[in-house]
Formats: sequence, C-alpha cells, structure tokens
Amino acid sequence: MVESSLVEVANLHRRYGDLHAVQGVDFRLRRGEVLGFLGPNGAGKTTTMQMICGVLAPSEGAVRIGGVDLLAEPIEAKRQLGYLPERPPVYREFTVDENLAYCAHLHALRGARARAAIDEAKARCGLEASGRRLIGNLSKGYQQRVGIAQAILHRPAVVVLDEPTAGLDPIQNREIRELMRELGDDHGVILSTHILPEVQAVCDRVQILHEGRLVLDEDLGELSRKQTTCTRVRFKHPPGAASLAALPSIERVEALDAQSFRLHHAHGATSADEVVAASVEGRWGLYELVAESRSLEEIFVELTFGDDR
Amino acid sequence: MNVLAVAARELRSLFLSPLSWLVLAVTQTFVAYAFLVKLELFAQLEAHLPDIPGAPGLTAIVVAPSIKAAGMVMLLAVPLVTMRLVSEERRSGTLNLLMSAPVSMTDIVIGKYLGVMSFFAIAVLVILPTLLSLLAGGPLDYGLVAAGLIGLLLLVASFAAVGLFMSTLTTHPAVAAISTFALLLAMWNIDWAGTGAAEGVRPLLAYLGVTSHFNAFLQGVVDSADLAYSVLVVATFLILAVRRMDAIRLGY
Repeated sequence: MVESSLVEVANLHRRYGDLHAVQGVDFRLRRGEVLGFLGPNGAGKTTTMQMICGVLAPSEGAVRIGGVDLLAEPIEAKRQLGYLPERPPVYREFTVDENLAYCAHLHALRGARARAAIDEAKARCGLEASGRRLIGNLSKGYQQRVGIAQAILHRPAVVVLDEPTAGLDPIQNREIRELMRELGDDHGVILSTHILPEVQAVCDRVQILHEGRLVLDEDLGELSRKQTTCTRVRFKHPPGAASLAALPSIERVEALDAQSFRLHHAHGATSADEVVAASVEGRWGLYELVAESRSLEEIFVELTFGDDR
Repeated sequence: MNVLAVAARELRSLFLSPLSWLVLAVTQTFVAYAFLVKLELFAQLEAHLPDIPGAPGLTAIVVAPSIKAAGMVMLLAVPLVTMRLVSEERRSGTLNLLMSAPVSMTDIVIGKYLGVMSFFAIAVLVILPTLLSLLAGGPLDYGLVAAGLIGLLLLVASFAAVGLFMSTLTTHPAVAAISTFALLLAMWNIDWAGTGAAEGVRPLLAYLGVTSHFNAFLQGVVDSADLAYSVLVVATFLILAVRRMDAIRLGY
C-alpha cells in the first residue's frame, strides 16, 4: 500500500472581499513529520490553519485529512484533528479538569478512556497539579498549556498548533518544544511561529508563507545542505569585482564597500584558497576573510522582504 | 451524543454565571408578588363568588395571572440568558474548539438550545411550589395549572429560539440581548395593531403575535394550532441559526 499523506492541501484559496489572503497553497504532511509554518504577520498562516481545521471554509481548493475530504465529510475528518488556535479555546469559568472533560466528551471519549486520556494529556503538558484550578485564574502560559492539552487529548493523527509557544517562559518553552518533537514521532504536526530558532529546533520541514503564497517548502536538513555559503573578504588594495568573479569557484561577487566584498560560491565549495593565492599574486593585501553561512533568518528575510530591499 | 456534550456544557456554564441565578431570583420574586396580589383579590371576592353563575375559581383568579406574570418576566429574562450563547464563544475564541471538533453545526445549535431550555425548564419548575401552595387553602384545577405551565414553557421555547438566533448575529452579547428583546416585544405586542387594522389582517396579526396563543393556554385551552405556532417559531429560528453558523464558518 502506498503511504498516504496525513494532510493533503490542494490549491487552497481564501478571499476576504477584495483581499486575496491565501492564494493557491499546496502541500502534504507525512506521518511523523513536524512542519513549521513561517511568515510575517498577515502572510496567511492563521487563515491557512483555520481552513485545514475546518473552522473557516476555503474559497477554493481541497483539504484531505488522513485521506478523508474535510469539506465532504467534516465530522469524520475532524476526528483525526487536534487544533490549538492563536488564543487557547478555554472556558474561563471552568477548571482545567472540566475543560478537558468537555473536550473528551466532544470527541466521544467516556468513562475510563476519557480519564486515561485526560491524565495523559495533563502529564504531557505539565498540568498534573493544576487540575482543580480555575482557567480564569491561570497565567497565559498555563492557559496555553491547557489549550495544547485539549488539542492532543484525543490522540489525533494531525495536530495543528497556531503559535504554540506564545506567552510561555523559556523553561515551559523548552518543555513544549520537546513535546512537539515527541508528538512528531507518531503524529503529524503543523505549527506556526515567529521564532526562527524554534523551527530549527523542532521541525523536519519548513514552509515560508508570504502574501498568501508558499515561497519556500523544504526539508530542514536539505535546506542546511543547500544553504549557499559565502565568504566575506577585505583587501587593502582591492581589485575590481571582475577580477574576483574571474576566479573559477566564485559564482557571484557582491561589493559591500570600497574594500570588502561578499563572495558567493556553490554548495560545499570553498574559494578561500583561490582568493588567498590570487591576493598574494596580485598584491591585493587581503587582511580579512570570514566564512559566512546563511541562517534560516536570512533566508526568511530574503524571501519575505525581498521586494522592498 | 455530541449534542448532549454541548447541552451539558451550556447548562453548567449558565449555573456558573451569577446572571442566571439572578434571573431565577427575579422570576421567583416577581411571580410571588403577582401571586400575592391576586390572592388578596381572591380573598375579597370569595364571599360573592357563589352568587355569580359561571364565576372563575381559585385557579383562574390566582394561578393563571401568576403564570402570565412569569411570561412577562421571561420577555426580559430570556434575552439576558440567551445573549451569550454564541456571541460569547465567538468573542472568546472558544467557538474554534467546537468548529474543529467532530460536531456538526446542527449539533452545536441543537445542543445549545437544549442546554438553555433545560435552564428555563428549571426556572418554570421553580415557580411551581408557589402555585401549589394554594393547596393549603383548597382544591386546584390541575388541568388549568398544567395548561398554563405548558403555555409558559412553549412561550419560553419560542423566545429562546429567537434569542439563540440573535446571538449568532453578533459578537457583542449586549447587542444580541437588545435585538432579541426588540423582536420579542414585537411578537408580544403585534396584535395591538389589530384593532385599527383591516378586517382581513386582524386574525393574521393575532396569529403572528405570541400573546393570543399564550392566553389560550392560560384559559386552559390546549389547541394544536397554538402548539403549531411554537413549533414553527422554534424550527424557523433554529434553522436560521444553523444557516448563520455555516455563514460564520464561511467567514461572514
């Protein structure tokens, strides 16, 4: 049997009046994969996640959860889904246990199975001691944990988390990241975030969304291999950019100021030897040579603010 | 199953809110006041009643007006109880939980309706002991009491359906409350226009208004036409509410 994708999103569009918020997003999520959704504010991350979870109907396109069409059979599809929206959907007048019991009830879990699920979700989110506390009296971070517990309670195949670490302190943050990694072992996880190191810490794959379009969809491992490395060099008697570009391993030369340049070269290659040799020969007076690698942040900035620079 | 989960949550939330307790207390107080006033009236009339042929009895003089008073309190109480049903969940973001759960829009609407109707059933039951206390003084016409209570329950059922629908229209509970109140007041008073209206329109206005149906029950008449009125109002507004929930999912 062919391994089917947990989530299949095909040509998803969403219009709000004249605003075309999501413009043809396509992707798949495999089992055991943690997918990071990145993008500046207003890129369409939340809208896309809402459409995957059936909270918002798409203007166009299809979503399949575990092979079930979300629009044709919403109830069947939603059984396999756990969703944490931007604001945790918790009832302030209820205690943590009451909130979780309600969610178990909604997912048709009863009796011993419900209790087991609630205990497990509480343990995974560090809520063991807070069961009887009123949600309204909990801090933002704890409310967020309850939201996550609600999303994973019924052991859904797909967990969609919209900014799960917002409002958490650094220690909670680390615990939740660990939890997301764990979830990634047997579930599929989609999470959105503004925090780039978080993507590098927990995700297998990263997607960058900009103005409603996917501008990057890449395995994180692949991405770091592909990251074009650069070398920044500074000369006392700089040669022309053309003579640098003439060196065989260099693909592109970027002049930074009168004395320094950024040299771009192919993956894995290095131009340091050639530059040093050429500098000695031409008496360019090389006195600084720094290897640079593009971080995810730079890729992010380049893809999302590329037009403005 | 899921309908019950939604209904149970709603009822629980209602009893965790001071507003609902206040509504119960105000209803009880107002009914008790009407009850005492009418009891006083009965005490004054009691001596003359045997002389009048076809005179109303204890139940018609005391119980029916008390139930009518409860109906009038409901005109104000229902909007206050139903205003939060959907608007509050949209405001606080908890509607996302329901919409991403394996629950249909119809389940959500019916669940919420059942939850709030359980509350009103309790509100109606709470006034029952006041009415039954008359048994200390003499026999009651149970048929009339039952008809009156059924009438009150159907009145509240119609009101609650209107309130639920209005709550789906806005994210501000206060707006939902005031628009519900306006519509209920219109339903209560529409037959006032009857006297000036053309001959053919008069019965139509009387049918549209809720009071003519409620009064029939208070007189002990359980007519299927009056039952049908409530069923139609409830069904219409619940269907509208389901449609409206679908529209919310579409992003309107």
